Amino acid sequence: MDIALQAMGLKKTFTLSAKQRQIEKTTEKKKVAVNGLSFEAYRGEIFGLLGPNGAGKTTALRMISTLIRPDEGDVLVDGASVVKDPDVVRGRIGFLTSELKLEDFFTPDYLYDFFSELHGVDPTVASARKKSLFEKFGIDRFAGVKVANLSTGMKQKASLVISVAHDPDIIIFDEPTNGLDVLTAKVVTDFLLELREEGKTVILSTHIFSLVEKICDRVGIIIDGKMIACDALEAVCDGKTLEDRFFELYLNNENAKGGAML
Amino acid sequence: MKRKSNIFTIMKKELARFFGDRRMVASIFLPGILIYLIYTLMGDALMSGFGGDEDTKYYLHAENLPASVEMILEQENSPFIVMEKQAPADAVESKSLDLYVVFPENFEEEILKENKTSYPQVEIYYNSASSTSSNAYAMFVTMLDIYESQLANCFDVNTDPEKTYDLASSEDATGMIFSTMMPMLLLMLMFSGCMAVAPESIAGEKERGTIATLLVTPLRRSELAIGKISALSIIALLSGLCSFLGVFLALPKLMGDGVDGVEINANIYQITDYAWILGVILTTILLFVSVIAVISALASSVKEAAGFVSPLMILVTIVGVSGMFGSNGGELWAYFVPVYNSVQCISGVFSLSYEPIHILITMLVNCTAAGVFAFLLTKLFNSERVMFKK
Repeated sequence: MDIALQAMGLKKTFTLSAKQRQIEKTTEKKKVAVNGLSFEAYRGEIFGLLGPNGAGKTTALRMISTLIRPDEGDVLVDGASVVKDPDVVRGRIGFLTSELKLEDFFTPDYLYDFFSELHGVDPTVASARKKSLFEKFGIDRFAGVKVANLSTGMKQKASLVISVAHDPDIIIFDEPTNGLDVLTAKVVTDFLLELREEGKTVILSTHIFSLVEKICDRVGIIIDGKMIACDALEAVCDGKTLEDRFFELYLNNENAKGGAML
Repeated sequence: MKRKSNIFTIMKKELARFFGDRRMVASIFLPGILIYLIYTLMGDALMSGFGGDEDTKYYLHAENLPASVEMILEQENSPFIVMEKQAPADAVESKSLDLYVVFPENFEEEILKENKTSYPQVEIYYNSASSTSSNAYAMFVTMLDIYESQLANCFDVNTDPEKTYDLASSEDATGMIFSTMMPMLLLMLMFSGCMAVAPESIAGEKERGTIATLLVTPLRRSELAIGKISALSIIALLSGLCSFLGVFLALPKLMGDGVDGVEINANIYQITDYAWILGVILTTILLFVSVIAVISALASSVKEAAGFVSPLMILVTIVGVSGMFGSNGGELWAYFVPVYNSVQCISGVFSLSYEPIHILITMLVNCTAAGVFAFLLTKLFNSERVMFKK
């Protein structure tokens, strides 16, 4: 199998402010968000990252997308290191997360052209791709409306299309169907399957079991910043439903933590 | 393949953001227009306040009015009208009378006495809350001073109405006024122009989460910093030039008849003078924008950025005020101190006493300082602690 993305021993620790310590009910000044995370994603597959809130999924994706630097470890994206060559990595990935917002003042049409230009896409190619993507997602109906006046679903569609404006080979989607109605969610899921058909690698972070079961080829389960299981979907499920298997692994991990504390 | 620079792409976006918003565009032109209107109105008000209307008459009542003084008061061009029967001081208090003057008895004899042990006292009651009473008081005192000096006249100064004694040319007077006022006004207007755009573009993007979207593209952090600083400088420069024009056109109106009657004329400057001024303004704005951009990058919201920048505004105003005390005599070190050098140059150009080399040093120093801050901004864009601080 051709490795498209390889995470090796990723570690990230955050310093907690007094307010954050109060919210998290802890006296620890440091929090290990990701602790030695390693996994591989192969070309032409959808790799699912599954885990509860606060497990470290988003932090891991932010390190892969070069928004933050790992304290330890590295990620190779088509051979380029996120630590040594972040600029190269940024050109090869498409990243969609709720943290990345579009400027309210501009229209999807303007923003698509702007981001295409930043990625150095040829204007003729960009124009044809824009037309096709806008039609597919129905953005052509509101392409000239300012982002501020769009609904949540419209904004998410615009963000998604803009994140892949440069036709990247590796696409990282963090909870892409969050807050979307069933119709829009279906359009997004179908698009992910289409990307796989085109030979792209998709890394999908979610906590929706059914979505992982439906579209992912391989899955990694993250709990407390560690990869608890990582394999083909069938192998991870081990004859059970993904939900049952997840809770089994989760409880095992909690028990192991309790035992360690005793 | 050589990678295309994204500086221009960022600049285009920043300019589109600004010029697409009518309110923001209005904010460029409004200060200049307002300054022009306010200064013109202030000039008119000051002229009418100080000069007074030539037809204005002042009503006074005097006790023991000496004949010699009465003669002066009854001259044809005298603004005073002597009221024969009037209630005294409380009429002045109620503003129905402008002055109530009490001369001592035998005033004329007293003042002509030789070897005086005490001097006769003239009491003038007036009401400072009334502008006519205040004007009447000032004019009456002046008139008595002249009367007093004529009694013991040994020599006169500048009394020939045919001659011009003030040898200042219109050029000198204009230079003096512009070089005193312009550095402070320009510095404040330029800084507020930069303050209006930079925090919104940097702290605002950070606050709204739109800067992170830019940071996951192959765009270099240095391109983002230079692109933003350049675009913001263009906008601030437009705002600065509008304000400059407003002040420049309004100052002669504010000064009215000029200094001691010498006319203020803004036409004395040559195109080269304006070119130097433009160079100083441009590099000063570059420096202001890059400093405010760095501060804005450190802030987590536009509001916080405005709070951080405010003390700097006070500092800039103080440096601007230093220009009111004249130039430092052209000492070279002054042109190596950013911002202070701009004040010296603006003051120098407007007083038409400047060395081009000093302006070139100033522009170079300001550009270098702006470059240092642009480099710092690049570092901040690279720092996840600064960019993703909650």
